[in-house]
Order: sequence, then structure tokens, then C-alpha cells
Amino acid sequence: MAVSTLIGAKIQRREDPRLVSGRARYVDDLQPTRVLHAAFVRSPYGHAKIKRIELTKAVKSPGVAAIYTARDFEKLLNGAIPVTVSFVPDKKQAIGWAYIAKDEARYNGEVVAVVLANERYQAADAAALVDVEYEPLTPVTDLEAATKGGPTAHTGGPDNIAWDYTAAGGDVKAAFAEADVVVKQRIIQQRLFPIAMEGRAVVADFVPVENKLTMWTSTQVPHWVRLCLTLATGIPESNIRVIAPDVGGGFGSKIHIYPEEYLLAMASKLSGQPVKWVEGRTENLAATHHGRAQIFDVELGAKKDGTLLGYKVTQYVDSGAYVSVFSSFMASAYVVAAGAYDLKNVEFRTVGVLTNTTPTDAYRGAGRPEATHAIERAVDMMAQKLNMDPAELRRKNFSKQFPHANYLGISYDSGDYDKALTRALEKVGYSDLRKQQEELRKKGRYLGIGLSTWIEVCGFGPTAITTVHEPLGLVETAVVRMHPTGSVSVYTGTSPHGQGHDTTFAQIAADTLGVPIDAVEVHHGDTGDTPFGYGTYGSRSLHVGGSAVLMSSRKIVDKAKKIAAHMLEASEEDIVFDQGRFSVKGSPDKAKTIGEVAFKAHLTGLPEGMENGLEAVTYYDPPDLSWPFGAHVCVVEVDAETGNVRLQKYVAVDDCGNVINPMIVEGQVHGGVVQGIAQALYEEVLYDPDSGALKTGTLLDYMIPTANEIPEFITDRTVTPSTTNPLGVKGIGEAGTIASSVAVINAVVDALSPFGIDHVDMPASPDRVWAQIKEARQ
Amino acid sequence: MKHKVSTTVNGHRYEREVEPRLLLVHYLRDNLGLTGTHIGCDTSQCGACTILVDGKAVKSCTMFAVQAEGKDLTTIEGMAKDGQLHPIQQAFWDEHGLQCGYCTPGFIMAAAYLLSVNPNPTEDEIRRGLEGNLCRCTGYVNIIKAVKTAAKTMGAAPSKAGERATVQRS
Repeated sequence: MAVSTLIGAKIQRREDPRLVSGRARYVDDLQPTRVLHAAFVRSPYGHAKIKRIELTKAVKSPGVAAIYTARDFEKLLNGAIPVTVSFVPDKKQAIGWAYIAKDEARYNGEVVAVVLANERYQAADAAALVDVEYEPLTPVTDLEAATKGGPTAHTGGPDNIAWDYTAAGGDVKAAFAEADVVVKQRIIQQRLFPIAMEGRAVVADFVPVENKLTMWTSTQVPHWVRLCLTLATGIPESNIRVIAPDVGGGFGSKIHIYPEEYLLAMASKLSGQPVKWVEGRTENLAATHHGRAQIFDVELGAKKDGTLLGYKVTQYVDSGAYVSVFSSFMASAYVVAAGAYDLKNVEFRTVGVLTNTTPTDAYRGAGRPEATHAIERAVDMMAQKLNMDPAELRRKNFSKQFPHANYLGISYDSGDYDKALTRALEKVGYSDLRKQQEELRKKGRYLGIGLSTWIEVCGFGPTAITTVHEPLGLVETAVVRMHPTGSVSVYTGTSPHGQGHDTTFAQIAADTLGVPIDAVEVHHGDTGDTPFGYGTYGSRSLHVGGSAVLMSSRKIVDKAKKIAAHMLEASEEDIVFDQGRFSVKGSPDKAKTIGEVAFKAHLTGLPEGMENGLEAVTYYDPPDLSWPFGAHVCVVEVDAETGNVRLQKYVAVDDCGNVINPMIVEGQVHGGVVQGIAQALYEEVLYDPDSGALKTGTLLDYMIPTANEIPEFITDRTVTPSTTNPLGVKGIGEAGTIASSVAVINAVVDALSPFGIDHVDMPASPDRVWAQIKEARQ
Repeated sequence: MKHKVSTTVNGHRYEREVEPRLLLVHYLRDNLGLTGTHIGCDTSQCGACTILVDGKAVKSCTMFAVQAEGKDLTTIEGMAKDGQLHPIQQAFWDEHGLQCGYCTPGFIMAAAYLLSVNPNPTEDEIRRGLEGNLCRCTGYVNIIKAVKTAAKTMGAAPSKAGERATVQRS
């Protein structure tokens, strides 16, 4: 086995020189000739009948080329948006997502008309002149009320229930009967905006007669976009090329195939010209899917000694006006419900609810941050009630044997939860902090220490697991091609938007093939040259896509070895491969480099019956999932007079299995943790219940943390390789977000425990915290 | 009615006829083809469009192109010289101060201004100096580190950000 020199090394990112010098190409940077600019007219109401659309003024506006409404698309687009991926078996209603509102608008931001004009500003001017007569209907905006009858989000719909599914294992009833102590809590997962810094953007170019479509779109899933465009338009996939160029972040918000992508493809067909649309931020907040928007009712039972016995959860998911492509992935919170604990008696009910709000979908972590927040809050409440140290209660209940079968019999590949917690407590100086906390309390200062011992499920998805509910494999493909002089092209079906695949995938290929990293180029995002793949989300790219790159590279080495043996007139068994060099056992001078072999592979004189070339393809279907984990500790001080929470320190010890590039892993943790901090302390999307209009409609109304808000960071890791993929990797993209919201909230509650406070909802803004302290003091 | 605007951008002189309502950032991107300056919001929160106007950091979505008449502008495209990255660009690369890269040009320009007025900032001064810019990927940790590193390199080999000879272009 060759010695790894690149895997595990801190290699500078190869995508950065163009990104730091203004040479990147995001969709808005493309300026095709003859292009028309699109602007969308959107519903200002949460729920309204569309009585009439008057275009007379708008079509006369300078530069307008065309204006299209629902009727123009009827014959061009099949049925409804093809988004029927489901991770729950009990679908109550098959709600079709309309490409464009025709008679009824069901959320503030739903498209009502498309305007095309010669210039960007002209399109916006004309869109403002489209006169739509609405008859406002009662909007459904309250998640819990929506489950209990009353008005429906879709006129004529039977009710608002999209799914209602219960996962259960063990004997929950008996567990609670045996419990000495039970804690119960309602936990609000407020609605969030994902806010990738680049909003969505599309250029669609349909060529009539040839019936060919090229689309540049800011997406995480170019191959899915192509597939869905085919399903919707009937244009064969072979005639569609979808390109995700440089993509400015996603966090799940570019996982859905949106109405605008279908409409712009057809607008190009109708107008006979390329069309371009760049989403403004205010438009993005209303029209790009939201995240979280859930309510958890949790109940945890334990013995007096702290042994956890049973756990009951009801999760209400606000799906918004339609069920989006990965919406039900949020329901998969049930898979990780029991967290890091050996808790076998669990009942988890998930209810998907339709409301007149922007559809929700996967947002960094999708179901896993919510599940983690729930169990980690419940465990802390239990510790508080039992007067036990929260670290000790966790240790007592950790799953210790691996592979560990959870309450549903799903297997966790590997882990050492105690080790990660011990490391995190050392790093933060836990016992000293507890003493300090005691001292400060005497002076009326409130220090809080919050723990989160998180787990995650990654590696989506093995067909053996994911086909339980839907025939969906989520395998990943890699083509590796070695050119005659030994340089290498890697083609992946994953599609990065900040994760650094150009670097990490090149590290894997270069290491395996024994060539310099500069000899490897990674291609992604263009369906014209990359093999079909499911894209980048769910921390899956390295586990599934990276493994495919490794296996294709190994296949090339295998073939090259045969050629080398032939060239060296030795038997294959006697050939040793190390650092890109094939040599004959015992005579190290008799050798050929892999580059020399590659040249031969493109000439004549290969072994009898062997085809030319050095190219391999792998469709990697992992045998099982992977389970990253870790322990985070957050330290805060709460000002009891103002309710302000000041973050002091944040320690993250994560275990994502083997590491390909530690610099990139650490960067993912930083960003992820700050997104969780943002949820815990700052961010919240609000709707007006009367009109269904978005109240937090601009970035003036929604606080994203800046460099001023972040604490001092200490990151570290333990390494417990995954057993379910050849790289031994687990996934890190979402870890920080999964862990951190509850670490912060547990710290806030810990700080406020002298007031008898045992729960704080998010965001723990000064006004909310202050009000809770005030109430507790009375 | 269109107005003539003359600007110097990255040392090159440009003259264009523009609508009075044209935002400076659209002028740079759509009229001059300098697409390295990005747009991340429409309420001047995110700072992705930050450039230098006569040496000062400005969010170019808050200015009209006509207000830039006669001004000397520096955009991200003007930072690297003779095929060499500017020390701030190099530091962002070295310290992994970027992931998706969309906010990066704005951060680099904001950092360039900060270091031009305060060549040796404390961590707190860096944080406050960058508070007008949003990043959603990095959690700011490595951005702060990059600015510290850049300050060190630039201190070692002084060069004023955005300073360059003006080249007449017909």
C-alpha cells in the first residue's frame, strides 16, 4: 500500500486564486448576447384569489419584449413540479406545486407573471406596472392551529396535513411507567432564511428547431435540475445541458428545483431568445425556501440515578404552501432522535403541515439540528431536575458499543462519544469554569456553560437503507481519466458551492495514482461532461462522491499495473506500486512511472486483448450510512439587567472520521457553528397572521451575525474512522450547525438556572431573555 | 436622458453614457464588465459590492454611477499586480478565509481600506472594521486571521492598497 502524502494534508485550495481575484464566474457574471432580462411578478398576499391580471400598461413600458402568465405555460409544462421525494411513508396528500399561480396564490412570493425586457431595470419597471386584482383569502400561518381544522392553505383541500407518521421502537409505555422523573417541554424551532450570499440566478437558452436547452443555474444539484426539466418539458435529457458554474453558497437553499427554473426555460422557448434572471435579496427572502419552522413536544423519562428510559416526541413541520423536494427530509429527525444515548424506548411522531407561507426545505442539517436540539435540551432539563452535572448524565447514558443499533435497529457505524466529551471539557477547562460560575453568581453575574454531545447521520444514501420508503438510491458517480502524458481529469456528479472539491477530490486522486496534485483537474457542475450524480448536500459528497473517485482511481492503478507488468516483462504479482512508480519486486531499478504506462496505454503493444486508454467509472453505493459525532461547549455570560447574551468561548471537538484536508474541515466547523449561533441568538422569520405577508422581508429586519458577534473559537477533533466507505470518512458540512444552537441555548439556560428558569426558546434575544428573568423574579 | 460619466477604474479611464439611476455596482458589472464586484443584497447590509472610491471603502450599491464622475475607483480586479496576488488576496488564500468566494471581493476591499488607515489593527479593530460585510460560509474566524496575516506581510513590505499608476486608455 502506498504511503499517503496528500490525503490528510493541509493543501491550499486550488479554487481560491480565481475567487480572490475577481475571476470567478457566477451566473450573473455571464452576459450572453441577445439576452432578455426577466423579472417576476409575485403575490404580496399569503393567500388570495387571482381575479384578473391587467397587462395593458406593462406591455407598453420601454424595452418590454413579452409578459407571460399561467396560461402561456399550460401547454409547455406537464402537471405540477416533479418533487415527490419522500422520506416518510404516510403521505396524506399529494400536493402538486404549481409552476406559476393561476387562479390562486398560496404564499407571499409565489410567481404570478414573468416579464421579459431588454434591460435589467426595464424588466423591473414593467413588473411594477403589471396590475393584478387579488381577492385576499384567510391565510393559514399558525403551524399548530393549522393541524386542528379551520381554513385550508389550498382552497378545497381536505385539511392541512401533508404527512403524519410515527416511528417507534421498544416499549415506550412501560418505560414511562417505570420512570421516577419525567421532563416535558415544547421547543420552538423558529423559521429561518438560509441566505446563501449569492441568491439564485438563471440563464436559460433554448434553441428552437434543434429543441436544445442550455441552462446555467446557481444550484447544488445540476443533474436533478436536468432530470426534472426533462420530466416537466419533455425535452430529452440528451438535449439539455445544465451548468452550475461557481455557486455562491447553498446551505440547502439550492437543493430544490424551483418554479423559476422551469418558467425561464419556457420563457426562452416562447421568446426565442436567451433569458437571464438574478434574484434580488428581498426577492430571495420571499421566494427561496426557508428552513426549520417546526414545533417539538418532547417528553423524557429517567430513573432517579439518571438512567434514561423513554423518549416521546411530536414534531410539527411547517412545510409551507407546498411540499418541496427535500421537505420531508426534515422528518428524518426521527432517525437521530435518540442522539448519542443508548435509549431504546422511543416514539417519534412527525406531522407535515401545509400553511400559506414560503415552502420550507432542507437548511444546513435538515432535521438533524432540530432533533439534536430536542434531545440535548431534554437531557439538560433532566440533569437540572435531578441536580446532576449535565456532563455526567450524558456519560452515563452514552451508546458505548459499536456498531450500535438505535431504537429502530438502524446501525451507527463507529463512535467514541465519551472521548470527544472528555476532550471538549479539558479544552474549555470545565471544572474551573464551574468554580468560576459559582463565584460570579455570588456577585450577581451569570455565567453559563452549555454542552451539546451531538450525532449526525450522513452518507446518503445507501440503496439498502434509503429504498425503505422510496425507490431512491442516491449513489454517486466518478469518472477518472488519465491522459497520455499522465495528467488526470476527474469528473464527479457532486456539485460544490464552497466545499472545496477541486482540492479534496484532487488530493484523493493524486494520492491514489501517485501523481502530483497539479496534474489533476476536477470537473463538476456541468451535465455536459460529468456523469449523473445527485449533487452536494447532506454532508454526502466526500463519503459517497469521494469514495467513487478513490475507487475509479484504484481501477486505473489496477489496469496500469497489468500494462506495467507487460512492459517490464514480469508477472503482475511481482509488480509493486508506490508513489506513482511500478517496479519489479527485488529489482527496484526495473520500473515504469504511471505516466509512462499511460502513454503506452494510448499506443500499441498492450497485453493481448486489452483495450486502449486509462479510464474508469464507479457508481458508488455505500453499504451503509456514516455517523459523525462530537462534543461542543459554549460559554456565555448573561446580563440579568438587559437580557443580553454575550458569547465568551466556543469549543468544538468533532469526529468526522478520517480527514482529507484538515484546513477545510476546520473551516466547515467554523461556518456551521456560526449558523447555529445565529439561530440560537439572532435570526427569526416572521409572518403577519392577518395578511400572510412576510414581515421580515429584507436584511434590515433579519439579523445575520457579523464578525463582531462571534466568540473565541477552539476547535479540535478525535478520529474514529467510518466503517461504511473505503475512505473511512463521515461528513462535516453540517456538523457545526447541528451541534451549536443547543450548546448556546443550554449555556443560556445554565446561566439563568439560579432564577429557576429551565428553558429558553430561540432566538434568545435580549428582550425575550429579559422578559423571562423579569417573570421569574416575580 | 443619459449622462456622460468619466471614471478611472483600476488605473484605466472609462467614459460611458448612463442613466442617472444606474447604480455604481451595475455600472462596474454591466457597463465595464468588471464582474468581480458582487451584489449580495438590496439594502446595503452585506458589503459584497465594496470597492475603493478615492481610497475609501464604499458599498457600490449605495452610489449612483453619475456620482462617481471624476473619481478614482479600485475594484478587486485592480488588486493583483504583475500576476502577483495582493498580500490581502494571498492572505485570504493562505488562511482559508473564503469558501464559496462570493463575499470575498467585498471583504478584501474592506480589509484594504482598513489596513490603509490602520496598518496594524488589533483583533477587535479588525472585527469592527469588517462589520459592514456579511459572510455566511466561514464564520469569520479565518477572515479575521487573514487580515492579521496581511497586516503582517504588508508591514514587512509596505505597499498602499489600491495605489497604482493611472494608465490612459483610449
